[in-house]
Amino acid sequence: MTTATENILEVNNLKMWFPVNSRGIIPKHIGNIKAVDDVTFSVKRGETLGVVGESGCGKTTVGRSIMQVYDVTGGEVVFEGQDLTQLKAKQMRSMRRRMQMIFQDPYSSLNPRMTAGNIIGEPIQIHGLAESKKDYADQVEELLRVVGLNPYMRDRYPHEFSGGQRQRIGIARSLAVRPSLIIADEPVSALDVSIQAQVINLLQDLQEQFSLTYMFIAHDLSVVRHISDRIAVMYLGHIVELADRDELYENPMHPYTRALLSAVPIPDPVIERTRERIVLEGDLPSPTDPPPGCVFKTRCPSPSDDCLHGTDTMHLIEPKPGHFVDACCINCG
Amino acid sequence: MATEEKKPVLEIKNLVTKFYTADGIVNAVDNVSYNVHEGEIVGVVGESGSGKSVTALSVMRLIPWPPGKIENGQAILNGEDMITMDEEDVLKVRGADIAMIFQEPMTSLNPVLSIGQQLSEAVEAHLGMSKEEGWARAAELLELVGIPDGANRLHDYPHQFSGGMRQRVMIAMGLSCEPRLLIADEPTTALDVTIQAQILELIQRLNKELGTAVIIITHNLGVVARYADWVNVMYAGRIIESGPADVIYSNPRHPYTLGLLASVPRLDSDRGDKLEPIEGMPPDLMNLPGGCPFRPRCKFSVDKCATEYPPMEQVEGETNHHKACWVDVTTATARE
Repeated sequence: MTTATENILEVNNLKMWFPVNSRGIIPKHIGNIKAVDDVTFSVKRGETLGVVGESGCGKTTVGRSIMQVYDVTGGEVVFEGQDLTQLKAKQMRSMRRRMQMIFQDPYSSLNPRMTAGNIIGEPIQIHGLAESKKDYADQVEELLRVVGLNPYMRDRYPHEFSGGQRQRIGIARSLAVRPSLIIADEPVSALDVSIQAQVINLLQDLQEQFSLTYMFIAHDLSVVRHISDRIAVMYLGHIVELADRDELYENPMHPYTRALLSAVPIPDPVIERTRERIVLEGDLPSPTDPPPGCVFKTRCPSPSDDCLHGTDTMHLIEPKPGHFVDACCINCG
Repeated sequence: MATEEKKPVLEIKNLVTKFYTADGIVNAVDNVSYNVHEGEIVGVVGESGSGKSVTALSVMRLIPWPPGKIENGQAILNGEDMITMDEEDVLKVRGADIAMIFQEPMTSLNPVLSIGQQLSEAVEAHLGMSKEEGWARAAELLELVGIPDGANRLHDYPHQFSGGMRQRVMIAMGLSCEPRLLIADEPTTALDVTIQAQILELIQRLNKELGTAVIIITHNLGVVARYADWVNVMYAGRIIESGPADVIYSNPRHPYTLGLLASVPRLDSDRGDKLEPIEGMPPDLMNLPGGCPFRPRCKFSVDKCATEYPPMEQVEGETNHHKACWVDVTTATARE
């Protein structure tokens, strides 16, 4: 799966700044929330790229910026050879058929007044993918079956389903237009432990069945490690490290990645007793006023001279083939 | 950990709590018994609706009627039964001998009172401190939970604190009267990974330094493995397996515990291991199936499971380890 080298998606120097305006009758532009600041990465066809980070790190904004939910502040999003940021709304609409999103909250991402069948069928109608009424019904039925729901459930409303089943409906809806890329934003974090595993397995099966490429956004490192081929770690609007999954977990180079990994407990008391724990001090700085230079220096356990005194903007270097890490942090203790 | 010689701080016996809703009776807690010993951290694990929080809220006497009602059982704290105690006496005990912190640090602090006011309230009420003493104690507490420069932050309001700091304030409030038992209900679920670690390390440090016994209620098996001495696993309102943490993780004997452990991805698992989910869904607490409520999802079930609920019984050869299951999973074969 990972041997394919063609990039389905290339994100170059992506910036998404949200303006902050002063209050009052005539609002003045007083600053920006730099939710995503100069992010570059690519996704290979058929792989799963995991994106991890804490709330406010910009992982969701990256996903939405790729979908062109926002007018991005700067940079390129090249999907299947086309720069999406240059497309007109109408052209973009047809592109969206090839990339779909799955959302975190299966309670609020489904219209409560539509039946499961209509929710799943709506994208088929919008994009005109059904040849006849019967074809439409067949497609909906097949989609329900594919995600492990019974076709007779088509006439039920979202409230009649459990959280796990609703997430399956959301997945079926995203598959309806036969996309090549699916951006899944925290798809299992609202689900109970035993149900999470069902949905993760489903996503993996579907990837194989329909040759899907996933961008899997989540905060749970165990889940991300399980499903991803490569992983990007984000902090305060920047990617601070990006590597193959095993490389990242076995040889993390960024102090933030090391802290994140050590913060995740392993369900085994014997292993836990001897594990090193790096507990970061303090909270995430505000994205309206990020520290100059290295954004991690305020929380880094032993920042390098470069981080403390350098004013270079964050940028990735590639010390090992395929393993990218923020330039100033490579020397942190 | 040798819990045998230690005295129990809290003894919960045969607790039954039900909710009478318009749609029917919810059997939230069904005959739950467990002890918490001095200085111990007890982990209560289970999914939503397993009754882990309602058990704690029942002990705290925080079940609102209607619709909730504690129908049976005892919760002995310091020789007194919390369940039958007068409302007035409960007020004296709650916050003084037993305290609880909640999942949502955003909603469990009063937004219109300053941190100092909220922190000093309990010590003024329970320990009879004056306002000055109360505020001095509040400053001390903030330092204790790792908020630097506590004295200067007393006049701040909750919205001026981050999520992690608010949870620290909640913990400070819980510990203000040096309770013997702190109940932490999903204390880190709403927090980010690195902040989670900070809060849990803090709870563990306070447990060691002050000797406060702790109940950690969580759905996260990793958190329990890292911090708990003792584990109670709950399903559909009952405890289905209990024992020392080491034993539960190395030798789980209830099919549900086995299933839970197999269904979570682990940071240290081998590449390509497929997760083994527990099929099906948690049961509807209003319509529990007869017999064992886990039977419809169980790979090991036998005929008896459909008719009789298995009692909690000692696992053969292990004095501290109990399970509620008719089947011996070490010899039985799982169905695919």
